[in-house]
Amino acid sequence: MHWHKRIEKNVILLSILTLITVSIGGIVEIVPTFTIKSTIEPVDGVRPYSPLELAGRNIYIREGCYTCHSQQIRTFRDEVERYGHYSLAAESMYDHPFQWGSKRTGPDLARVGGKYSNDWHVAHLEDPRAVVPESIMPPYAFLSENRLDMDAAAHLETNVDVGVPYSDTQIELAEADLRAQQNPDAKVDGLRQRYPRVEVANFDGNPDRVTEMDALVAYLQILGRMVDFSDTSTEQLLQ
Amino acid sequence: MAQSATATADNRAPAREYYNEDVVRLFVIATMFWGIAAFSAGVFIAFQLAYPELNLGFAETTFGRLRPLHTSAAIFGFGGNALLATSLHVVQRTCRARLFGGEETALFLFLGYQAFLVMAGLGYVFGVTQSREYAEPEWFVDLWLTLVWVVYLVVYLGTVMKRREPHIYVANWFFLAFIITIAMLHIVNNLAVPVSFFGTKSYSLFSGVQDAITQWWYGHNAVGFFLTAGFLGMMYYYIPKRAERPVYSYRLSIIHFWALIFLYIWAGPHHLHYTSLPDWTQTLGMVFSVMLWMPSWGGMINGIMTLSGAWDKLRTDPVLRFLVVSVAFYGMSTFEGPVMSIKPVNALSHYTDWTIGHVHSGALGWVAFVSFGAMYFLVPHLWHRKQLYSMRLVSYHFWIATLGIVLYITAMWISGIMQGLMWRSYDQLGFLQYSFVETVEAMHPFYVIRALGGVLFLVGALIMVYNLVRTVRGDIREEKPMVAEPAAAAAPAE
Repeated sequence: MHWHKRIEKNVILLSILTLITVSIGGIVEIVPTFTIKSTIEPVDGVRPYSPLELAGRNIYIREGCYTCHSQQIRTFRDEVERYGHYSLAAESMYDHPFQWGSKRTGPDLARVGGKYSNDWHVAHLEDPRAVVPESIMPPYAFLSENRLDMDAAAHLETNVDVGVPYSDTQIELAEADLRAQQNPDAKVDGLRQRYPRVEVANFDGNPDRVTEMDALVAYLQILGRMVDFSDTSTEQLLQ
Repeated sequence: MAQSATATADNRAPAREYYNEDVVRLFVIATMFWGIAAFSAGVFIAFQLAYPELNLGFAETTFGRLRPLHTSAAIFGFGGNALLATSLHVVQRTCRARLFGGEETALFLFLGYQAFLVMAGLGYVFGVTQSREYAEPEWFVDLWLTLVWVVYLVVYLGTVMKRREPHIYVANWFFLAFIITIAMLHIVNNLAVPVSFFGTKSYSLFSGVQDAITQWWYGHNAVGFFLTAGFLGMMYYYIPKRAERPVYSYRLSIIHFWALIFLYIWAGPHHLHYTSLPDWTQTLGMVFSVMLWMPSWGGMINGIMTLSGAWDKLRTDPVLRFLVVSVAFYGMSTFEGPVMSIKPVNALSHYTDWTIGHVHSGALGWVAFVSFGAMYFLVPHLWHRKQLYSMRLVSYHFWIATLGIVLYITAMWISGIMQGLMWRSYDQLGFLQYSFVETVEAMHPFYVIRALGGVLFLVGALIMVYNLVRTVRGDIREEKPMVAEPAAAAAPAE
């Protein structure tokens, strides 16, 4: 170990060798996920979030939902039967940041969209144990009280900065689209065209006011629904 | 100036005033403050999982907001302050050099780091978070921490550079690797674009798969370099010091160091088994995680075997007992970790409480115990007291905390494995046997046991605070000594 004495006597050498040593693993594992094309296989249907969905996603992040809910269905028979088709890389390609999670104190939410009605979600979020007596989820009644406060266009623009392909029209109409999505009386043809499969509904029962509840439910209802899996059955996945 | 007054011949130990111990004292106090905060928050959220009414109906008191508060207070508050306290103490002592940069820089480091913690903690409670596990603080807090961390690196490197010892002691290698690697991880994982300069919200630069691998490259190495390498630096100084024995093997410490820092960084993908991450990355992460077992145990052997010839001290010195048992827990967690990283095992353990149990056997058994040992060593030393207020209380703390950990990790093993098995259980007709909420219900008794384990751990820490406060005040408790005095008139057998 005589050679090592040189390193032990030179702190700059020690620091540089340390930095090189700790860099290698990350470079080998992370850089190829950006350069190898097959990392994210393209899938039809995946689109950027509508402004209201994006607002809901930000509330999901703010409330730390990821501490108890995953959004990543693994390739197991029981998970596919319980939650649906295993998650595809493309499905989270516009997620800045990703919300795969690491713990299931509550169930996976990757495909929760469309499984429950809007009313169920509102009732459940306001008082989880009124709907599921055994639940240990915190109550989120305050979301119905809080008016949604978001500069939609600015958020879409920032998403463009990090690589999400929102068009100029989408940014221009962001605020109007945000309001229209929770108002079934509004003209929504353009919204539906810009954001296919978007759920338009009066989520929290009050169309005059856009609340955080509207946004969060809109987000939950799109989860896992952008890609059409109607041509794949569970049996096929089980092989 | 203290420096010139004491600049004596190299073979003489410098006088006490030569070192900057003020800043070390501040970090010791902060360690205990954040420790109590972290353990209390942990106990509270553990009870929330058993009794959800404790979410209290306020946004600020929901589990989702308090859980990051607990993890950050534990990792960065308690662990971070313990690392700063010990690293700044060790670097001065082992280099026989006063802290580089003067008092003002040291004070900035202290205040700057506490400001980071307060900004991060307040952010979570009021809903400002990036949702990146163990990197939750938003962009402006990240920038602030980057500045503080650069100052830390400069202070540390500067002190090593002006050392009056030819060799850099092994503890400093580990502290240095911790500081450098955390800087790299912190900057890359927190790359983000803020929505506006005056707002708190930002969007991460990476998305989906790339974001996931970056985050867990960071997340696993927050464990590897914050909670392992840094604390190994602690081990390499305080165990030999307390046991009054040299480190067991010099060669082993060289191998330990380079193998550990090289292999650890690869292990991140084991957090993403069977996900949308490419399979080759998952397998690579698994293979390196298993290999990591070897340097981890090499380090454990080096720490424990340092007691060769001084094993009797384990019986008489509860402070040394904390230090040595921490290394035993380190050995246990670093065996359990590689096992859990093997894909078929991970298929069961991932997403369950088993992970939570594993983390806590490391956090409570290893990180907290080695820190407790170091603090019990440091406080009488820093405040110029002959001894601790009470060795008996240290011993009570040790046993109460150990019992708490045992309750905690066994409860989590059972609930984790049980939940994992329930999720994949099929009935005779080939249907899933349990609904999700039935598995939640089954967790209840274990959540209660876990919370009680946490209470014990907190009680132990409160005893410690009491003991240390009395020590600082200069009190000595009247108590039976840990070792019975040898009978003076014992006649030799004939």
